[in-house]
Amino acid sequence: MSEARLFALQRLTALVMAPLVLVHLVLIVYAVQGGLTAGEILERTRGSFFWGLFYGAFVLMAAIHAPIGLRNVLREWTGLGRRPIDWLMVAFGLLLLLLGWRAVVAVVGGGA
Amino acid sequence: MAEGTLEVRIWRGGDEGSFGAYAVPARENQTVLDVVTEVQRRFEPSLAYRFSCRVGVCGSCAMTINGTPRWTCRTHVKRVAPEGRLTIEPLRNMKRVKDLACDMDGFLDKWASVGTFEGTATRADPPAALDPANPARQEVDAAIQCINCAVCYAACDVVAWDPHYLGPAALNRAWTLYNDARVADRGAVLESALQPGGCHTCHSHGACTEHCPVGLSPTASIAGLKRASLLSMLKGGRA
Amino acid sequence: MRRGPGWWAAMGHRLSGLALAAFLPLHFLMLGQALGGAEALESSLKIAALPLVKLAEFGLVVALAVHLAFGLRVLAIEFLPWPAKDGLRLRLVYLGLAATALVGIAFAVSVA
Repeated sequence: MSEARLFALQRLTALVMAPLVLVHLVLIVYAVQGGLTAGEILERTRGSFFWGLFYGAFVLMAAIHAPIGLRNVLREWTGLGRRPIDWLMVAFGLLLLLLGWRAVVAVVGGGA
Repeated sequence: MAEGTLEVRIWRGGDEGSFGAYAVPARENQTVLDVVTEVQRRFEPSLAYRFSCRVGVCGSCAMTINGTPRWTCRTHVKRVAPEGRLTIEPLRNMKRVKDLACDMDGFLDKWASVGTFEGTATRADPPAALDPANPARQEVDAAIQCINCAVCYAACDVVAWDPHYLGPAALNRAWTLYNDARVADRGAVLESALQPGGCHTCHSHGACTEHCPVGLSPTASIAGLKRASLLSMLKGGRA
Repeated sequence: MRRGPGWWAAMGHRLSGLALAAFLPLHFLMLGQALGGAEALESSLKIAALPLVKLAEFGLVVALAVHLAFGLRVLAIEFLPWPAKDGLRLRLVYLGLAATALVGIAFAVSVA
């Protein structure tokens, strides 16, 4: 993928994530009041279409955004070659996507 | 501060070397270039440094002064060293040749790699009519006064981290060519600015803009190239 | 090299991004435990209540706020018109710091 496309994806995902992060921060501050319990979290998320969509999109955006940024950092701050970095970042993006969506399924999906 | 003596340390040698220490009389209206010249004439005839016009036009006298890249001919000692202590080194991000002179090849090669002016007009054509109110022309005018001093290139941390990065001056030049209505192939200029190490390597730290002695904003020019790359991508262009 | 506020903002942006990239897989793994039911997630959340872990959580919430604030500044520099004065939006650096401090305080108060 060209540098221009990676740049576009990086900035586009940033733009989409900005409001998501804001909501996430507000929710964190709200949710940690009086301690964080699994019951509390799952009560909010289980079976919720809205939170499923919210976190599903959030994970996708982060899984695109983070590897592109990390690629720059590794290129500039480590001696790793460009191709190894690129493959490493593809793997990192897939890892984030898989673990992230798995987490979304876990907290939004049904079950006790 | 006119009375007294300046404590001056000047880099001697190439990439390997050490500082020489000199006591230079402090004077009213004294630039850093004056100090370097005085050291060379009075104490150190073998001191190598570059300068030409002495009035901020040629862009050849830039050095690192107390850790900051500046043009020396228009930098008053009083302003940058009120305590009277000066440490003068060659510019960063380039190989040191001797003393204060560095090898500008990398900088200039990158400058050339974004293309030179190639128009379509011939000698027989009348001069192009350029409307100063034209938005693209205004982008050119805002960025055209670069004197190639390489202060921005030395100030840029991304250049220091990534030797492939073209740097602020070259990309600023690309932006002026891209917006110049007389340039024959503006698409090719944009393409050269999008190569690996091109405009997308910039992280908008803004050190170039903070340090540019003639007040240009290479950060703005590079942002313009980034936006142009997005537009060209949307239009199914070469990006 | 002497560095200005723009450089420190860029460093804050980069280091907070690195912290977030390192934390995300762990975050997802922990939430993914809800697949095994609420109790499984609850046992992980107990770890999150340890003082040192709480301090790390505080750091991550602040990192998220820093990354958002300074990221928005980059978007402003690159995509908004370039004003004659303060095109580098240095004032946004201080505004971002203030907003980040606010998030940090809100989290600390809520979690206490």
